[in-house]
Amino acid sequence: MNGTRPGFALPRAGTASPGQVPGEGPAPVAAAPELLPADASVDLAAEREVAGVDTVLGALDAELVGLAPVKTRIREIAALLLVDRVRARFGLAADPPSLHMCFTGNPGTGKTTVALRMAELLHRLGYLRRGHVVSVTRDDLVGQYVGHTAPKTKEALKRAMGGVLFIDEAYYLYRAENERDYGAESIEILLQFMENHRDDLVVILAGYTDRMETFFASNPGMSSRIAHHLEFPDYTLDELAAIGSLMLKRQRYRLSPAAAETFREYLARRMAQPRFANARSVRNALERARLRHANRLAASAGPVGLDDLVRLEPADFLASRVFGEPAGAR
Amino acid sequence: MRITQGTFSYLPDLTDEEIALQLGYALGNGWAVSVEFTADPWPRDNYWAMWGLPMFGLADPAGALHEVNECRRAYPDCYIKVSAYDSRHGRQTTALSFLVNRPHRESTANGAG
Repeated sequence: MNGTRPGFALPRAGTASPGQVPGEGPAPVAAAPELLPADASVDLAAEREVAGVDTVLGALDAELVGLAPVKTRIREIAALLLVDRVRARFGLAADPPSLHMCFTGNPGTGKTTVALRMAELLHRLGYLRRGHVVSVTRDDLVGQYVGHTAPKTKEALKRAMGGVLFIDEAYYLYRAENERDYGAESIEILLQFMENHRDDLVVILAGYTDRMETFFASNPGMSSRIAHHLEFPDYTLDELAAIGSLMLKRQRYRLSPAAAETFREYLARRMAQPRFANARSVRNALERARLRHANRLAASAGPVGLDDLVRLEPADFLASRVFGEPAGAR
Repeated sequence: MRITQGTFSYLPDLTDEEIALQLGYALGNGWAVSVEFTADPWPRDNYWAMWGLPMFGLADPAGALHEVNECRRAYPDCYIKVSAYDSRHGRQTTALSFLVNRPHRESTANGAG
């Protein structure tokens, strides 16, 4: 050995960062930050800036229309975590808050979108190490035969560690009519992990309001372990119109003034119809309007300008079957 | 006698924090982590009993560390190792493997002697 390079010259991946090899200098965890004296003061606004909280909350406000109660709760959680961080710097220890959540609301009210934002926010505030979202349903958690459920549920939980486990339509986990259903076993493991690995992952259950009520009624242990029950309200007509224009803007379309009127009229009629799915219905309506718009342009033999390509006209909405029937009819 | 198999085996035993860092390194490289255990670590016997399936798709070391601890609880007097498998085409081999548990008293009769 000539002193240039100790040991074997093994090819190494360039991603190895110092501090990952134990025994190389002091352990990285040893450097605990110094506590602040009791008479010090901390600028909370600067703390927010460092954590990047405002970026996420701002994006939440800009991209999600309405949902006032949900946004309020998210702000509260962000404030709590921020204050907890500052408290820790003064040496005021407190247990990390339990942040398992339940999102209830009708279809298309933004539960999945909010879950994604929540994961990002918790990551920025240092509550979650990674902030990824693992989205699962009953199929991913419950097995088909004896002894199949526990490994399946645990695998999903392990994949979600460091982030959020989002269980969509969680009420399917428990089937009251079949007492030998394996869903109960899955719930038991979930509860155990939610309790023991509170600082490793956040579990978010989502589902329609009435069915989640029944689910919690038959699983009281689950309900009491979830600190935050967030109810997603239905959107009003104005909010739906705003959602529609946001969607169009993102896809580089716009409504002509007359079409904006027609679109509102369409929404009012569609809301009264059965199986109305809030923002999802708005998206579907716009998809169909795009189809008709394209068809209209293709059928007109004349030249097409940029404005024609981005402008939706009333005719693109009026062809819908919603206008074919008297309002309120199926 | 203290057996020396796998990476880091000439170092003092890794703490849980250090194991988590190593697991994080393996996951960061996209290697699938698995836990194996044996009572008899004969040097030529690479195939130890598997503790569950290899963990594919993990994002965070906490999940793997959880399995290590579960295995320790079930087999406190066994050797337990963690293997990280690199599945990339052209490599497809164990990329990293290290002990995470030893029996309280290591026998002289086993393969290390």
